[in-house]
Amino acid sequence: MDRTAVIGVGMTKIEKNKVRETFADMMWEAVNKALDDAGMTIDDIDNVVTTSSDFWDGRTISCMAVGDASGAAHKNVSCVEGDGAYGAFYGMTRSLSGSYKTTLVTGHSKGSQSVSSLITNSAFDPIYERGLGMDMITACAMQASSYMHRTKATPEQLAMVSVKNHGNALKNPLAQLPMKITVRDVLESEMIADPLHKLDCSPISDGCAAVIIAHESVAAKFKQKPVWIKGVSICADSFFFGDRDLSRARSLTEAARKAYAMAGIKDPKKEIDFVELYDAFTYQELMWLEEMGLVDDAMAGKLLEKGEFDMDGRLPVNASGGLLSGHPVIAAGLYSMAAVVRQIRGDAGGFQVKNAKTGLVHGLNGLGGQSHCVFILDKDK
Amino acid sequence: MSDPFKGIEPMVYQSKINVPYSWWAGDTASKFYITLRDEKIILGTKCETCNKVFLPPRKVCPSCFTENREWVTLADEGTVLSFTVARRRFAAIPNNKKVPVIWGLIKLDGADTAMLHYLDEIKPENVTIGMRVKAVFSEVRQGTIRDISHFKPVQ
Ligand SMILES: [Zn+2]
Repeated sequence: MDRTAVIGVGMTKIEKNKVRETFADMMWEAVNKALDDAGMTIDDIDNVVTTSSDFWDGRTISCMAVGDASGAAHKNVSCVEGDGAYGAFYGMTRSLSGSYKTTLVTGHSKGSQSVSSLITNSAFDPIYERGLGMDMITACAMQASSYMHRTKATPEQLAMVSVKNHGNALKNPLAQLPMKITVRDVLESEMIADPLHKLDCSPISDGCAAVIIAHESVAAKFKQKPVWIKGVSICADSFFFGDRDLSRARSLTEAARKAYAMAGIKDPKKEIDFVELYDAFTYQELMWLEEMGLVDDAMAGKLLEKGEFDMDGRLPVNASGGLLSGHPVIAAGLYSMAAVVRQIRGDAGGFQVKNAKTGLVHGLNGLGGQSHCVFILDKDK
Repeated sequence: MSDPFKGIEPMVYQSKINVPYSWWAGDTASKFYITLRDEKIILGTKCETCNKVFLPPRKVCPSCFTENREWVTLADEGTVLSFTVARRRFAAIPNNKKVPVIWGLIKLDGADTAMLHYLDEIKPENVTIGMRVKAVFSEVRQGTIRDISHFKPVQ
């Protein structure tokens, strides 16, 4: 199969409230940063994929609000609704299609402009479930209960994810919530929805990210070192919330397995050097690691205690600070992808990890991860 | 570059998206709600290929892409698979529910999938995964998921 590479990334700082900027303002900044990073101009971009959510944007056809600022005029532009990783998947397929060589993929959202409980309540089935008034936080809290019951992961272990990731964010100037906190701070923070405390949850955030994905025939033509997409897969699980074993993520296991196979990875525990995954809530970091087969079942909490997922640990996880330190919904997967790209290039600055050759990017959609996307990126083609 | 907002409050345009919307329930959910409203009976649909009973009832089996042709009457008792307690008044919580609100993921006897609903008549700290609960039907039933008022512990 032909290969593609990420050849440029650009992100705004993640902030609680970008009250000074419109969606298009954020997009203009992120796209220009990505073009500068790649050493390209907008004329070098063959086509554009924007990623957004109409509900979060408060309008229909939300991609139209950012078309101008993403340089889409006179180009083939299409929109993906969902996490940015899914936008990157579509962008990659366009660069592989033979019709385009370079694809600009963007993702934006502003949690600050809306009411996240009402927006995420709308993800539930309107006829059977929505009227009960659950939202993303209560849905994920229910998943956390289920996961902790099955694996015996402790509140202290969950809290340690928050301590680690907020601590990592101290080294990432783009992060919203760099914080030096303790396990006790997390456990003493407000109980929001059992078993999740306030500091077990990611914040409301605004941000925009852009990546440029090129076909191998042009990947070395520009200034940046290409970071190769070696494997990728998306898998979805049942829609109804109660159809799944909530303590498991069957579709993530499947997506990871397929992505490893495509990348020629036989033993992911040994061959994946570092991970940026979707830690919207603390328990998710532990659960996703297990479900991706990167650690043994029900062992992530214990390995975390040993420091294995620290920035200088055996398998650094969310060295950027992750989504706990800033969670622009939709853009999130592209921030994670950009963090992995920078690690592999050796450009991650203060949060650079050692031996960053092969990295994993994880994105998800839906309540408690109804669908998952896994990318394997590599220094070598 | 000089700060364009120096000495100025950034302007914020206050608005609202509020669009009335009607969901046609379809024949499957209609049958479920009519039976719930008129007979206080909870129905699931069954896939004969997978031999699985689905609640909430739906027309197509999520596993094998065949039509669920059979209806099955489920017990009004079941097991709590998971739960959470909202300690804050999240915006999505209906006005007539008091915080703390407890939601459970409940697998009724006879069903292979679980349904979401409220747990009540129990203190949040006494709820456990695996506990047995029973449906309490609403006095006034209008063909919605809240024709079940909540689930309470089986004594
Ligand atoms: Zn079936």
